[in-house]
Amino acid sequence: MSLVAFRQVVPWIVGAMLIALPFVYRDPYHLHILVLILIWSFAYTSWSMMGRFGLVSLGHGGFMGVGAYVTALLWNHLGVLPWIGIPIAMVCAGALALIVAYPCFRFRITGHYFALVTLALSGIVLQIITATRDYTGGSLGYTPDRTKGSHLAALQFDDKTTWYLIALGVWGVGLLIWRWVDRSMDRYALEAISEDEDAAAAAGVNVTFEKLKITVISALMTALAGALYCQYQMFISPDTVSGIAVSLQMVFAVVVGGIYVALGPTVGAIITIMLAEGLRIGFGTKAVGYDNLVYGVLLVVFIIFLPKGILGSLLERIKPSSKR
Amino acid sequence: MGSFLEIFDIYLLEAMVNGILLGGVLALLALGLNLIFGVIDVTWICYAELVMIGMYGMYYLVQYYGLSYYLAAPLTILLVAALGALLHWLVIAPLLGAPPINQLLATGGVLFVLQSFATVAFGIDFRNLGIRLPVLQFADMHFSYSRLLSFGAALVGMVVIYLFMTRTYTGTAIRAIAQDRQIMALMGVDTKKIYLVTSALGGALAGLAACLLVLQYDVHPFVGLSFGPITFLICVLGGLGNFVGGFVAAFLFAEIISLGGLFSDLEWGYVLAFAFFIVMMFIRPGGLLARRQ
Repeated sequence: MSLVAFRQVVPWIVGAMLIALPFVYRDPYHLHILVLILIWSFAYTSWSMMGRFGLVSLGHGGFMGVGAYVTALLWNHLGVLPWIGIPIAMVCAGALALIVAYPCFRFRITGHYFALVTLALSGIVLQIITATRDYTGGSLGYTPDRTKGSHLAALQFDDKTTWYLIALGVWGVGLLIWRWVDRSMDRYALEAISEDEDAAAAAGVNVTFEKLKITVISALMTALAGALYCQYQMFISPDTVSGIAVSLQMVFAVVVGGIYVALGPTVGAIITIMLAEGLRIGFGTKAVGYDNLVYGVLLVVFIIFLPKGILGSLLERIKPSSKR
Repeated sequence: MGSFLEIFDIYLLEAMVNGILLGGVLALLALGLNLIFGVIDVTWICYAELVMIGMYGMYYLVQYYGLSYYLAAPLTILLVAALGALLHWLVIAPLLGAPPINQLLATGGVLFVLQSFATVAFGIDFRNLGIRLPVLQFADMHFSYSRLLSFGAALVGMVVIYLFMTRTYTGTAIRAIAQDRQIMALMGVDTKKIYLVTSALGGALAGLAACLLVLQYDVHPFVGLSFGPITFLICVLGGLGNFVGGFVAAFLFAEIISLGGLFSDLEWGYVLAFAFFIVMMFIRPGGLLARRQ
């Protein structure tokens, strides 16, 4: 009983501590790292919503790019506030996900084929951003205009504390969505689908609909992450928010952290970002390439020896009778 | 008006021929990937990165050690073949029983390793071989000699592979394993050895492609990204493991890129090719030449 009560109290305590943190500890550099970790954790969590059910998408770089670029383009060219622009960008990414995913699921493109079709999707988004360089700045990147009016309306803040709280809130919502899916009937349906589509369909699961639902949720969240990243960094380039490299980066972080546990993507984000920052500080500009070298080796080693990820394996060690 | 059409047609023809020439190299790349997939049932996401390493091999052999192009090429092919075998031995073999998606992701990790290894070891500068081949002029059309050479060599490479697959014992065993991997082990074929040979063969094809591509493109650590995704799409479009389908798809893709690039920027050629791919996936999910279920 006490253990159950303890487990119920812990998230609240940790949550309160996380909210209180920027008011106690104000070092801007560390807050910046924390904000990056939270935003990327959210992006990785949205990938793992699909990934945990065997829907390995390499198109999430595309959704993220749509989220970031649509928001920034609407703001710069049409003066649409991010408060409206972000939902529009999310709808765009959701529509893109529907257009690509519906035929995929309808015609039962799964496994390798699904990964490669979505890989094409992130390739297309990257090429379109580069090709429309008159509007998007091409591979040189793109900067949203600084607001002359209200900071709140333009969602541009100078202090890290505000951004930290925003990122924390979004990350929390991401975890709540993960939990909501985890406890819904959809989870059982999707697990059944990932085991055997025919058997699931025979048992009365609407395979196409269930897969579409989780894909669209995942795409919407990823687009939000892209838009937030754009608003926070105030600079986006095709290579940092879209394309195959970003898609692989998401997969990598989630696999390292743990694909089947709620906090796995967060652990993955912490490890990858700390690793990149540590190498950058330790080696300076000489570190160009080293972080990806370590990433790559880790990814291979993890997949061979620890396919459930760091957190997943730890949790399994702690309670051997867990579900997975 | 008439003269305008004439000029236009010349450009169109030139673009089409260049598309065919590009298709040769793409078909070679697709063949290597298809071979690996058909026999071992694994997709090497890092295939284009092997080509990149091979291009660096050519660059260093020719520029630093002063070897002639024709001497450096076989060495590079051997190097990349060894790399392919090593990749199989280190990464794929331990994962043969794992879910396919884990194999895919592991080779994705190798992609990171090779790219960043090249960045660390060779730097991010663009390098080229420094060999300038003449441009061929024919009926007001211009073709680069290097493309013709690549096309020819790619065709020869494919014919050699075809002969190997049909005329030798190992080749026959490889084709047999592609048909039924359980039974062949019972028939006394050493599957592990065949897998290793196939991986080396796939690597050798990547090496050959590297020798040809280095004539046309500058080498840099991310050069793989410019033709890697296209190669996968070609293989999927042709049906993974389907050699003939991959061959046809390579030329289709090359034509789309070449013609799309003629009417607009090269990027739009790629966008068109990607879009074509997605549409085709819906019409023929099993590949161009697959029978509909």
